[in-house]
Amino acid sequence: MASEGALPTMEEHIAHHLSNLTFGLHPENGLGFAMTSTEAGEMGFWAIHVDSMLWSIGLGILFVLSFRMAAKRASAGVPGGWQNFVEWIIDFIDENVRGSFRHKNAMVAPLALTIFVWVFLLNLMDLVPVDLIPHLAYLAGVPYMKIVPTTDVNVTIGLALGVFILILYYSLKIKGPVGFIKELSGIPFQTNILVLKPIFWVINFVLETINLIAKPVSLALRLFGNLYAAEMIFILIGVMYSAGLMLGLVGGVLHVGWAIFHILVIPLQAFIFMVLTVVYIDMAYSEDH
Amino acid sequence: MNINLTIIGQLLAFSVFVWFTMRFVWPPLSDALETRRKKIADGLAAAERGQNEQRLAEERAKDLLKEAKVQANEILSAAQKRANDVVEESKTTAREEAERIKEAAQADIEQEMNRAREELRKKLATLVVSGAEQILAKEIDASAHGALLDGLAERL
Repeated sequence: MASEGALPTMEEHIAHHLSNLTFGLHPENGLGFAMTSTEAGEMGFWAIHVDSMLWSIGLGILFVLSFRMAAKRASAGVPGGWQNFVEWIIDFIDENVRGSFRHKNAMVAPLALTIFVWVFLLNLMDLVPVDLIPHLAYLAGVPYMKIVPTTDVNVTIGLALGVFILILYYSLKIKGPVGFIKELSGIPFQTNILVLKPIFWVINFVLETINLIAKPVSLALRLFGNLYAAEMIFILIGVMYSAGLMLGLVGGVLHVGWAIFHILVIPLQAFIFMVLTVVYIDMAYSEDH
Repeated sequence: MNINLTIIGQLLAFSVFVWFTMRFVWPPLSDALETRRKKIADGLAAAERGQNEQRLAEERAKDLLKEAKVQANEILSAAQKRANDVVEESKTTAREEAERIKEAAQADIEQEMNRAREELRKKLATLVVSGAEQILAKEIDASAHGALLDGLAERL
């Protein structure tokens, strides 16, 4: 935060909004919360973004408990309001999974449901006015508070990593280690000349491995990039409010416009993440591709 | 943007949520939806069956009605025929009875007439005899001419 008492400059304000509440072992200050972003950087890998974790876990718990409530009351009778809503989502997910996943697996549909609803809720935090909660937290003595977990690249990488592990697991389970390596080295280049074959295998293996790794990376960065950019624009619009009446009014209009546009982006990004996950696991299952 | 332990934390949280959803959320909801789908399908099939049965029942009822009408007609005509027969029969009986009564009456009348005639004849004979006696008292002997007078009375 800026020097005590004085109003922060615009740069400081934006930087503040883009910093996570980091808890970790600082080489000089010991175990504790990072009070500046440089301190957070110095903590290295062995630090944790407490705000991202709390918001994401909180929203995740909200998701599982509210859906569990519907699941407990689930019956073949006439569904009530919340029950109906949950069933509508289940139906929607089920339809999508059936559309792109051609194998039998009891985990893919629940996985898709979790990703869709959870990522949706994480993204939804972006519609909460950018300054509101961070400022309340600041008043309560918490130096940083980033409430949209999907604007934290660690969160999206964590999700994508989970998907990547599943891709590897199912590839190995279905095709076996040999089959998996064969698949990675068999395409795209093929030859009939015996001498060239090993060379092609190596080239193919490198290319396909990059291809494989690109899957989780693109998953993580797509979600992060979309939400981070959107959050950034919300922050910039937020800055306009403090720049006089005229700019403030323009900012208000822009804010509403961007928020409406964002209503589209939030479910879309959650949906893309879900569909790609299902497709990737389907690819891990299939022998030919 | 620092890459740190948050990745692992997220990975763990993600795994737990997926596990929970897979264990406690998805199966009951999916089952409920499946059960309802089946229930609706069954209901629709039952409705279809019911409609079919209704149509059949209606047809059967129509047939039964037709049959009943035919039967009723038959019964009616049989009853009419029977009634006619009864009327006819009773007419005949009545006529015969009347005939018999008439005949009996006629016989009675005849008998009565005969008796009356007999009596009359006897009385007339007696009257004639007494008249004749009175007329002929002086000249005819009753015993001498009685046979003649009796023969006369016989012819009446």
